[in-house]
Amino acid sequence: MSEAVSALDGASHEGFVRVEDMGLRAMITLRGDLASATLRKAVKAAAGVDLPEARGIEVAGDRAVAWMSPDELLILGAYDAAQELRDKLEKDISGEHALVADVSDARALLRVSGGVGAREVIAKLCPVDMAPEAFGPGQFRRTRMAQIPAAIWMPDAQSVQVVCFRSVAEYAFNLLRNAAAPGSEAGLFI
Amino acid sequence: MSTRLANGGRLLNKARTLEFTFNGKRFKGVEGDTLASALLANDQMLVGRSFKYHRPRGIVSSGAEEPNALVGLGEDARFEPNQRVTTTELFDGLTCASQNHWPSLEFDIGAINAKLSRFLPAGFYYKTFMFPRPFWKHVYEPIIRQSAGLGRAPRDRDQDSYEHFYAFFDVVVIGGGVAGLQAAKAAGDAGAKVLLMEQTPHWGGRAPVDGGTVDGQPVDKFVDGIVSVLETMENVTLRRRMMGAGVYDHGYLLGYERVNDHRPDASGPRHRLWRIRAGQIVTATGAIERPICFSGNDVPGVMLASAVRDYAVDYGVSIGDRTVVVTNNDDAYRTAITLKKLGLEIPAIVDTRASGGGALAGEAIELGIRVENGKGIARVKGKKRVEAVEICVQAGEGAALEEIRCDAVAMSGGWSPIVHLWSHCGGKLLWDEEKAMFRPDVDNAPTGADGQGFVRCAGAAEGHLDLADVLNGADAAGKAAAQATGHTPKRSKVPVADNPKEAGIEPVWLMPQGAGVKLRMKAWLDYQNDVKVSDVQLAAREGFESVEHAKRYTTLGMATDQGKLSNINGLAILSDALGQPIPQTGTTTFRPPYTPISLASIAGEARNETFQPLRKTPMHRWHAENGAYWEPVGAWRRPYCFPKPGESIEDAVQREVKATRDSLGLLDASTLGKIIVKGPDAGRFLDMLYTNMMSTLKPGRCRYGLMCNENGFLMDDGVVARLDEETFLCHTTTGGAESIHAHMEEWLQTEWWDWKVYTANVTEQFAQVAVVGPKARKVLEKLTDDDISAEALSFMGWTDVTFGTIRARVFRISFSGELSYEIAVRASHGRAFWDMILKAGAEFDVTPYGTEALHIMRAEKGFIMIGDETDGTVIPQDLGLDWAISKKKDDYLGKRAQERRHMSDPTRWKLVGLETLDGATLPDGAYATAQGNNANGQRNVQGRVTSTYHSPTLGRGIAMGLVLNGPDRMGEVLEFPKVDGTVMRAKIVEPVFYDKDGEKQNV
Repeated sequence: MSEAVSALDGASHEGFVRVEDMGLRAMITLRGDLASATLRKAVKAAAGVDLPEARGIEVAGDRAVAWMSPDELLILGAYDAAQELRDKLEKDISGEHALVADVSDARALLRVSGGVGAREVIAKLCPVDMAPEAFGPGQFRRTRMAQIPAAIWMPDAQSVQVVCFRSVAEYAFNLLRNAAAPGSEAGLFI
Repeated sequence: MSTRLANGGRLLNKARTLEFTFNGKRFKGVEGDTLASALLANDQMLVGRSFKYHRPRGIVSSGAEEPNALVGLGEDARFEPNQRVTTTELFDGLTCASQNHWPSLEFDIGAINAKLSRFLPAGFYYKTFMFPRPFWKHVYEPIIRQSAGLGRAPRDRDQDSYEHFYAFFDVVVIGGGVAGLQAAKAAGDAGAKVLLMEQTPHWGGRAPVDGGTVDGQPVDKFVDGIVSVLETMENVTLRRRMMGAGVYDHGYLLGYERVNDHRPDASGPRHRLWRIRAGQIVTATGAIERPICFSGNDVPGVMLASAVRDYAVDYGVSIGDRTVVVTNNDDAYRTAITLKKLGLEIPAIVDTRASGGGALAGEAIELGIRVENGKGIARVKGKKRVEAVEICVQAGEGAALEEIRCDAVAMSGGWSPIVHLWSHCGGKLLWDEEKAMFRPDVDNAPTGADGQGFVRCAGAAEGHLDLADVLNGADAAGKAAAQATGHTPKRSKVPVADNPKEAGIEPVWLMPQGAGVKLRMKAWLDYQNDVKVSDVQLAAREGFESVEHAKRYTTLGMATDQGKLSNINGLAILSDALGQPIPQTGTTTFRPPYTPISLASIAGEARNETFQPLRKTPMHRWHAENGAYWEPVGAWRRPYCFPKPGESIEDAVQREVKATRDSLGLLDASTLGKIIVKGPDAGRFLDMLYTNMMSTLKPGRCRYGLMCNENGFLMDDGVVARLDEETFLCHTTTGGAESIHAHMEEWLQTEWWDWKVYTANVTEQFAQVAVVGPKARKVLEKLTDDDISAEALSFMGWTDVTFGTIRARVFRISFSGELSYEIAVRASHGRAFWDMILKAGAEFDVTPYGTEALHIMRAEKGFIMIGDETDGTVIPQDLGLDWAISKKKDDYLGKRAQERRHMSDPTRWKLVGLETLDGATLPDGAYATAQGNNANGQRNVQGRVTSTYHSPTLGRGIAMGLVLNGPDRMGEVLEFPKVDGTVMRAKIVEPVFYDKDGEKQNV
């Protein structure tokens, strides 16, 4: 696995908050009937957490399950466990009509961290209400970041994680870096 | 002359001097000045020339409505034209220059237009430059372009940064005057999440200048108090230097924040465009004072009465020693009283109302000011500066009763509420006869999704001119907005205001009322665009009765100020000329933005490296390091070819094709779309999407397929691999990955919602490398122990293979006609795999190739390319692809359409190969001519070239084209005229030029 390289290869930048590549994570797309007991059981077994509410994310350690749409989940884990996660889900759900796809390498994962300013960086780029009373840990948004699709969640009150497609990782990094330029704090959440 | 007074200037910090230059001249101002107040303090009254007649123009207002005083601000990478000096905060080192004059501001040749003004009436351009027609392009247009326009476009790239910010509030209050502050307080007290924005750097609006008391204390103390309360409220956000630029559907609102205009050396963005969703919007945007139309009302030194007062109180600047005040309402008396108390002369207040004014008039008379009731100004004397005014009877025709020497005129024609933001999204207006103003019709607000109004007005913007009314209305608006967003307003008392009782306004649209044509021709309505009373009257006579038509014909209310001063006066004159009441004429449409906002703020982050997302494959860096000549494909950058040092593009392409055909080539095919389609109904679904049969495909096998839209036109093609009984992997074109996935989801979600199919776009999960050429198998066999022999992995088969530690899926498919494998590995391993093949292939002279070599090799094989052979009007049958259209299926998308008469017409142009007689290469897109001309006198055509290349394999030009009855005309020679007038001749041949039997790919 030593040959696996993330699109940003560990890039980072210090602005009024820190922007960094989080490297590779296992990401498994699961499409199916989210009400199905088999599916829910399989997800719990694979990820160790319950299914999230709509627009939510459930996190436990390095595993997480995010709500993507009424019939789609994203299951996260350690990159090396991708194959295992995928196979296990596939096996546990076999017999149900569902689709399990490994998309770990199709994505880039970035983190904006270092304070409530992380909210402002995102608010400059995504049409999401980033006010603390509107968005916080446990929530998950699929959204638009400037000109690309992205999804965001907050692992804690001081940081935001951003997932986007791998091919636009550099664009995403540059967006976040510029938005975190010192002196450009809007002061709305800070 | 205008000058700085010894006293006054409540916004100034006189301890700090700032230097700036205007037209190269060095001036001094002080901290707190606007550029306008600083220029006036230096007696620089003349700041520009008008648009059409190049008349000398001075500062006329003190705010956003300024039509005249526009300058080019800054230099080089910070130059910006058409900046209003009235809204530009002075900073140390500011440089600016006046516009629209040549050779200099003081002496301007264009002013000759003014001498010709009799010959430049409304609609002059439309009337004059019609004939002869060819003159337009070569004579009229260059001259008009030379003389037209305000500021110059910047030449250098803007060095500043700009950004957007998305924010969400229950209530947004626009305008930080007394009304806005009170509305924000009322809404905030109810618990709503409130944003209050003010376009200037100061809270309080006009109130601190205009005076009055609130709860027994001076109004400026009230402002200080309420601001400090608001600052402590956690649910209230206060922003200054932020303008409400536009109101749109569903409470969408643009706030334009000028973050660093006043401190250009600070870090951070220059402008921030706030993209706000508001539950309720309260516009507390105030009102704009109207000028009065009298002869010479554009001479520098004639100013709005409120502006004269602002400059005196806020900036300690007097416009002149002797100021004549002319008014039709009580408010202008405040100016006279203010100036008088500052020790300046008021030779007379000219009040058009025969009955005179109210309490303020009494105060003025007590101060010893001469008040002339029922009078007006017949004309202003002076050219670059007011020298005197002639007083006349307002009811008369302008016979001078008396000449009064003065160096400034303060005029007030009444106040117009700023209804722009109310109107942007459909709020209606009422004409208030008593107040002589259009004000918001509160029963016809802009409505949201629930059918309820989402915009409210407060203060002067609502039509209130009395301080007590302002506070009461604003409090109610704030509470109502809070309530509408689910909050419970507190039962708080409204602050009690006390203000002198004012007498009513008497509308004056022309001064004097019976002004003759000579006076009317110098009575300006629109300063910026040089529209006079006589122009609007002419437009009415010529039949431009709609206010929108009259606007465009006369240019009244166009350009940067959009008629903020001129609109109401103009439509009143138009109404009078048409003999109809003002409300019947109505207003022109109010469109966002309220005042011009920078284009860069709209672009936001979309500039330089983040102008557009550039998609990069996992091997992108290798390509860049190895001299790739790039081609944009969708948002991707793909190598077109890899020229070696000193090698031309053409030579590189030819070399890449040859090396691949002779030995081994390598293509980065990662951009191809890859969509997983899974479910019990997946086969049935793909049978509907593709023209051919996919459900019969066996696991482990691949099939080429065509996809049409419901109109029958070919939209995408690619190889489908069946992964298992329920799962297919559909390859799409590079450009089709997202659109085909969306196409699939649309059919699944809207038409076949009950089919059990899921899709997933896994395009970016894989790096895909095409290993192509006679040595392809040899190089792969070096890297794996898995069996990839011709028997184990036959043509159009796929299998999983491990190369070293890298797991891969190998598809034995060919778009080149050679022995070829497309190998998909996880994207994170893409670069490692690419390097591995390069190393292993060294002994075979492995040659990475780009998109052009790919194109040539597919053309040599007669394979079509979506976007070359197709253009959205081509069906598979046109391309001889009938073999890929299933006859067994009842239906597929496009089937019915392809049966329509036009689609089954035998005379549709069909695909053939084209071989030039002399071996040269046909130009792309060239037409084959036929006999005769069409109805438009153009040469008839019978075909066109869709792809054309020089084939290094065949050593000659090859082409494909669509030709009338083409497949039946093998061997016929067609003529293709070139743009240089010569003609190329090409023979119709089969489209497959190379290895017709497919022996090479099938080894």
